[in-house]
Amino acid sequence: MGKKSSNQNVVRYNRWGYIFLIPFIAVYVVFQLVPLVTTIYNSFFENYRSGLTQVGPNFVGLANFVKIFQQGDILKYTGNTMIMWILGFVPQIIVSLVLGAWFSDPSLRLKGQRFFKTVIYLPNLIMASAFAMLFFTLFADSGPINSILMNIGLISKPYTFMSHIWSVRVLVAFMNFLMWFGNTTILLMAGMLGIDTSLFEAAQVDGATPTQIFFRITLPLLRPILIYVMITSLIGGLQMFDVPQILTNGSGDPVRSSMTLIMYLNKHLYSKNYGMGGALSVILFIITGILSLIVFKTTAQNKD
Amino acid sequence: MNEKKSHGMGIGARRALAYIVLILLTFLCLFWFYVLFINSTRSHAELTKGFTPIPSTFLLTNFQNVMKGTLPIVRGMLNSLLVSVSSAALCVYFSTMTAYAVHVYDFKGKAIISTFILAVMMIPTQVTVLGFLQLVRRIGLLDSPIPLIVPAIASPVTYFYMKQYMESALPLSLIEAARIDGSGEFRTFNSVVLPLMVPAIAVQAIFTFVSSWNNYFVPSLIIQTDTKKTLPILIAQLRSADFLKFDMGQVYVTIAFSIFPVIVVYLILSKYIVGGVSVGAVKG
Amino acid sequence: MNKKILSLALATGMALSMGAAAFAEEAAEGKVLNIYCWNEEFKTRLTDHYPGYEVVDGTHGKIGDVDVVWNITPSDDNAYQNNLDETLLGQADAADDAKIDLFLVEADYALKYVDTDFTMPVADLGITEDELAQQYQYTKDIMTDSNGVLKGVSWQGCPGVLIYNREAAKEVLGSDDPDTVQEAVKDWDTFSATAAQMAEAGYKMTATVNDAYRVFSNNVSGQWVQDGKIVIDDNLMTWVDMSKAMVDAGQTTTAELWSDDWSKGFYPDGKVFCYFGPAWMINFSMAADVEGSIANLGGWGATVGPQGFFWGGTWIAAAAGTDNPTLVADIMRQLTTNEQIMTDIVKADSDFVNNKAAMEAAAEDDSYAFAVLGGQNPLAMFCAGAETIDLSNLSAYDQGCNEEFQAAMKNYFDGNADLDTALGQFYTAVEEKYPELTH
Repeated sequence: MGKKSSNQNVVRYNRWGYIFLIPFIAVYVVFQLVPLVTTIYNSFFENYRSGLTQVGPNFVGLANFVKIFQQGDILKYTGNTMIMWILGFVPQIIVSLVLGAWFSDPSLRLKGQRFFKTVIYLPNLIMASAFAMLFFTLFADSGPINSILMNIGLISKPYTFMSHIWSVRVLVAFMNFLMWFGNTTILLMAGMLGIDTSLFEAAQVDGATPTQIFFRITLPLLRPILIYVMITSLIGGLQMFDVPQILTNGSGDPVRSSMTLIMYLNKHLYSKNYGMGGALSVILFIITGILSLIVFKTTAQNKD
Repeated sequence: MNEKKSHGMGIGARRALAYIVLILLTFLCLFWFYVLFINSTRSHAELTKGFTPIPSTFLLTNFQNVMKGTLPIVRGMLNSLLVSVSSAALCVYFSTMTAYAVHVYDFKGKAIISTFILAVMMIPTQVTVLGFLQLVRRIGLLDSPIPLIVPAIASPVTYFYMKQYMESALPLSLIEAARIDGSGEFRTFNSVVLPLMVPAIAVQAIFTFVSSWNNYFVPSLIIQTDTKKTLPILIAQLRSADFLKFDMGQVYVTIAFSIFPVIVVYLILSKYIVGGVSVGAVKG
Repeated sequence: MNKKILSLALATGMALSMGAAAFAEEAAEGKVLNIYCWNEEFKTRLTDHYPGYEVVDGTHGKIGDVDVVWNITPSDDNAYQNNLDETLLGQADAADDAKIDLFLVEADYALKYVDTDFTMPVADLGITEDELAQQYQYTKDIMTDSNGVLKGVSWQGCPGVLIYNREAAKEVLGSDDPDTVQEAVKDWDTFSATAAQMAEAGYKMTATVNDAYRVFSNNVSGQWVQDGKIVIDDNLMTWVDMSKAMVDAGQTTTAELWSDDWSKGFYPDGKVFCYFGPAWMINFSMAADVEGSIANLGGWGATVGPQGFFWGGTWIAAAAGTDNPTLVADIMRQLTTNEQIMTDIVKADSDFVNNKAAMEAAAEDDSYAFAVLGGQNPLAMFCAGAETIDLSNLSAYDQGCNEEFQAAMKNYFDGNADLDTALGQFYTAVEEKYPELTH
């Protein structure tokens, strides 16, 4: 973190610190903090709309939470979300590290780097909903993918991608991977290029192999940026919604095995059930907090 | 000796491996768009007969059918552009300002505020969306693009990135120099700091633009009128088709319409975008 | 200035002539007619058939000096109803010209609106029972609230038939004559037996299990919700058992309706024996204008099928608090009781209209033969079907329950869940949608 040695000189300007913080704080309080508080407040009430009739709000204490845990579905949806996130994130971080190392390795002298970087970053700009819609049509029972697979003789009759638990999960993870590995690669590569080249040179003189250099020098020095990538990806993973929502038309089928936490929340929001929605949000809030703490803790331990 | 040899062998083999992997990934990235392009040029009848790798001649017909249909996709694209560009602009400007406040000034409560922002970075927007919806309804902004744009001002993740970047790229001496020259704090920020931050701003502007452009969850809960909808909502509506717009050719063309303009713009700007992303990344 | 002259002229008109009374009264009403609907269908009908409707642009029109504003929200993902709900709940506080005047509903959720004070009784608009005598009873049942008050009307009837692939019928059943085919699908047991025959010849009996669902759900013996509890009707369990057997035997699939996989049977290569559908499906949805489709070749036939059912239909309801009651009433009258206009609709749009006299005349008239059906005129079948539909078991929860039931059972059919798990998922999903229900 930054050095504070010269800060004494700027003391008299310090009120500007507050002024520059006003827009952020004001908007944050209005659009995030107040909603967070009302969301939590809502979780203690029975409050929904049935047809055109409003029921509640009636104070019910922790009844909404009890109901969520009694149904037990929340664990399943947390599991689904994490499974699909990990399925996408593990290949994403591995591929990105490898590509980043290749791109930033001057001794490899890869040609067409610009082309490859342009291509791998491309899926990131594609609207997730359009991408999911595209995959839905491509992987339909009578869609082009089945048609191609049958033409080249890999399968004899259409594989029903949308009717198998793991094919749906893998498709979701695969889309997330495609959309994000280019972005991660470029971030990591930039981090690698920022490493003082004299370190590599010294290592090479000492006879280290590229693999050794990668694990002993590159990886440890990349730690801050790896944490950044991991945290943002985890937050993104917990928010996973667009892709499975559109791919499965909101059902999370088969047997809700691809229903994520946010899709579940969305179900309550859509039926205007603010009580259950609020309780679910609070639980999500807690889950996010715990997971983030774990990530912080584990990455902090690796440092030693 | 032995080690050196394997090192030397390694380069040729590693290069070959790198190319193979890169070509494979290129295929994985581009294949879907190729199929999309082919299929948007084919009529519904041709589409039902299975996939062929050669484009047909119905692109224009399909597109005209979509235009005649009920899905206002051109409006959708304009709406998406408005929301995404405004969000990106507000987000990077004010996040930089916030990072600047924490980075440069030393004031009471600074530690608390910076820890606070770091802590709330983890809160997904979806967690607060329920209260957000109620708030938006209460202040009468339901079905308006404003609640999709203004909250971008407070983006902890962008702030975090900006602050990291400042720590490596913004020497405090520069600000002091500006002060000695008699520059006001606000002017210093706008005319000295912002230009220095351009690489980081470019990256985050792109990230924010993309995430706003892709955003489906919150807009789908806030926007109700068809002509105000952003593209992702309109695309999602394709998922359950109405019998009046029941034609796979049109579905493909609509998806293509929402994807290909972005690809074209991206290819034109790719030099700056990819370059910007790499330049602006956090220095290790 | 202009306005003053106009109102003076109107006042004079009102005083002078009885004939102008209607016009003047209309003018005294709101200047904006707000219509809420989910697609272009009703707009097309109004544009083409309502006397004096002028098109301004895609979402605006004019009737006399009243501006017609179309609020079109697609029904997907409940968006139409959500939007409509918000508007109706804000109706009391809205300015007159912003008030919703007329909206459309579908049978699946009609009761949600009909059974509230947000819809206006048709009688209050001045439309009498006599005027509606030619309408099919089931179209009125759907719009009748729990107190027996009629809250809306429709210009169409949507009785359905079994639509079969003539080629397949000839190949497997020996003839494509409707009577022969009817014999092979006269009840569900025979239907299943025929399905096995079809499978042997390489045909799917139906494109998906959901094709037959509507036929079963229209013939239930009780409502979905009884005393706040979700009740699964025996007839639906029959559908589950039959469908599971058919899926396991490869006689059908679990694709969704309207999906690409569902519609591939519209082409000869799709190898599907039959669909269940009403007139609009035969005419508009089976790719008749696409070369190479079965419909294009006139290769479909129609027969009554195992049980009567209906599918679709759009009802017009007046929103309580409308400031244009006269105009709304006139739109209802013209489109749903004016025999001349309704016959025009049959001719121009191939709709099956909600007028017994008009439809029975058309059933006798060979000029109404469907090209899609190889020259067969199925209207007599539709007429007979429309009379037999009994919708006394409709409830306000039908849409949600039917959707979720089909979605949950797909898991059972696909082998991803056993029956109990699938039923459990159904209950969970319905209770998410309607928190007040239990099972």
